[in-house]
Amino acid sequence: MATEEMEQLVRRDYKEGFVTDIESETVPPGLDESTIAFISNKKGEPDWMLQWRLDAYHQWLKMKSPSWAHLDYPPIDYQAISYYSAPKRPEDMPQSLDEVDPKLLETYEKLGIPLHERAALAGVAVDAVFDSVSVTTTFKKELGEAGVIFCSISDAIRDYPELIKQYLGTVVPVADNYFAALNSAVFTDGSFVFVPEGVTCPMELSTYFRINAANTGQFERTLIICESRAQVSYLEGCTAPMRDENQLHAAVVELVALEDAYIKYSTVQNWYPGDENGVGGIYNFVTKRGDCRGDRSRISWTQVETGSAITWKYPSCVLRGKESVGEFYSVAVTNGRQQADTGTKMIHIGEGTRSYIVSKGISAGRSNQSYRGLVKIGPRAKGARNFTQCDSLLIGDTSGAHTFPYQEIGNSTATVEHEATTSKIGEDQLFYCRSRGISEEDAVSMIVNGFCKDVFQELPMEFAVEAEALLNVTLEGAVG
Amino acid sequence: MLEVKDLHVTVEKKEILKGLNLTIKAGEVHAIMGPNGAGKSTLSAVIAGKEGYEVTSGSITFEGQDVLEMEIEERAQAGLLLGFQYPVEIPGVKNIYLLKAALNAQRAARGEGDMPAPEFMKLVKEKIAQMQMDPSFLQRAVNEGFSGGEKKRNEILQMLVLQPKLAMLDEIDSGLDIDAMRVVADGVNSLRDSKRAILLVTHYQRLLDYIVPDKVHVLMDGRIVKSGDAELAKELEVQGYEDIVEEPAA
Ligand SMILES: Nc1ncnc2c1ncn2[C@@H]1O[C@H](COP(=O)(O)OP(=O)(O)O)[C@@H](O)[C@H]1O
Ligand SMILES: [Mg+2]
Repeated sequence: MATEEMEQLVRRDYKEGFVTDIESETVPPGLDESTIAFISNKKGEPDWMLQWRLDAYHQWLKMKSPSWAHLDYPPIDYQAISYYSAPKRPEDMPQSLDEVDPKLLETYEKLGIPLHERAALAGVAVDAVFDSVSVTTTFKKELGEAGVIFCSISDAIRDYPELIKQYLGTVVPVADNYFAALNSAVFTDGSFVFVPEGVTCPMELSTYFRINAANTGQFERTLIICESRAQVSYLEGCTAPMRDENQLHAAVVELVALEDAYIKYSTVQNWYPGDENGVGGIYNFVTKRGDCRGDRSRISWTQVETGSAITWKYPSCVLRGKESVGEFYSVAVTNGRQQADTGTKMIHIGEGTRSYIVSKGISAGRSNQSYRGLVKIGPRAKGARNFTQCDSLLIGDTSGAHTFPYQEIGNSTATVEHEATTSKIGEDQLFYCRSRGISEEDAVSMIVNGFCKDVFQELPMEFAVEAEALLNVTLEGAVG
Repeated sequence: MLEVKDLHVTVEKKEILKGLNLTIKAGEVHAIMGPNGAGKSTLSAVIAGKEGYEVTSGSITFEGQDVLEMEIEERAQAGLLLGFQYPVEIPGVKNIYLLKAALNAQRAARGEGDMPAPEFMKLVKEKIAQMQMDPSFLQRAVNEGFSGGEKKRNEILQMLVLQPKLAMLDEIDSGLDIDAMRVVADGVNSLRDSKRAILLVTHYQRLLDYIVPDKVHVLMDGRIVKSGDAELAKELEVQGYEDIVEEPAA
């Protein structure tokens, strides 16, 4: 599409469709070029970004929703979703916590995220996303002194266009998959992290996402770049309130690690899973990929997945640099009628690359869970090694666990090891704990937490505690 | 304290206990002896509430409460504790964590708050020293990789921390060398007082040299066929089960 036409389109839309809506906080449901133009304009984006989005949109139109996952859900009506919503604010962006709507802060409190306390106590910088707009960013100054950039992706597009142009979409290409293409077209917020050469980020970076307004899909876009010898630990945590209708969540996360860089990305995901009949809940279709671009670089994914009605998620590593390392530590818990199809892909390209996969799946109620892991050893990946440990724990008789390990080995000097176990939660273990006076529910969570310990110990300390708490909430009523 | 009346228990359609009667009063130590497969473990497991055992008739009351109506954890909270013949391993769960969760769950049931951490640590340190166990056991996963003897010590450690009113110890002496036996027996004896009771399940007389019981019962073929004092255990040692039973009742 010619630029001229596009500009016309944008103008027309403002005039005809969105004049009043610019003042309002939410666009009406529906997706077409004008929606994308609205989002881009609302964000004050440069033209090249709008074109990038529209290009993604056109590719998306030609694609089909993937059907290979072990999931069952009704088709999603993309025209019934609203693609932009922002919380009400008295002014423009608040400059400090004092300026943030107290109601909003209250919501965070309820979610157990007392921003100022958490920030001060734990030395965590929080870039909290409420619906689609970054509400508050703390510790920006301290990070600035270290040369670390930590801001919303929207700010980054405005303030660091060269970095965005250089890296955005280079790990997850626009047309990588159906949901990534959709995200590229309509993403509204997310985080941007840049750690320059030789710098170890002085604190854990953390973002809490939350879907709030009804019928708004959330499409975050996160981009993290570590230059040579740089290091960062990033945590993404999610909680969502009760919802009646299924909500779509399609995030894209891209990580780039240059020579000797280390990125640790941890997720605690607790989107609303729907009620016991499977009504409501979040559809979580996420594309997360790390690119170990430099030699000896290392990317580590740790995830604790307790929420969502449907999870479709495969954090992956492309091990391009020589002797680079990819890690995936995962705990996925499903209960009720939740469905999860999750796993990882380790793509070994460089010589001497190594990957570790530890996946712990727990299914209770009538839930269904699949582990899907691909280990691919390219022809040049001499001496590459992979170790996969994949354990499933079943609670009750009506839940299911499936394991789909895929291996493509293109170099005979590679070593690939896979271990898998499936067990039922031990009646003997339950009896033992209960005969000490521990309630059945607490006994289950104790045993399950023990089962997950290998993964939890990869999480930053305070989040490990949170993860255990989440697990308990998820498994409430799983037995008895 | 504990009153078992005419208890009939079936496991997988096979009757294991066939009308068992047993009364234990506060302050007493009882020993149940009998050959392998007699139903000793079944008895203690049924009292503790293990699933898979069907009580077809009879009753169990503990301090006036109908035990068969209570959940497993309620029985423990009421002061019953089962020391296992084969303690199970629980990977990833620290021993100290289990102890703390169990103690606080029992306190909560009594309407007490959690034991403050320093007090808990002090208590556990004292008890682990008493059991002559290395404190590193507290940080290890419950029973994981423990030797047979270490598992048994660990059971007694839990008992000492939880201070049950009635401890049922199933073959607590099996797999113990003589030194360990002494430590375990001393641990059990330290729980003896006028308000508590202990039920020992064993098929060797040896343990009873260290923990001298007030009453000894012989369990055979699902019933208690003979009861007596500590002397009975010694007679058993000499005569064996079959002969003791055939002897006309005195
Ligand atoms: N879960 C079970 N399933 C089938 N048979 C059982 C089970 N538990 C115990 N039994 C049987 O019940 C009888 C008594 O067992 P147990 O109480 O363990 O004896 P003891 O402890 O006196 O050696 C044995 O014949 C044993 O095989
Ligand atoms: Mg036995």
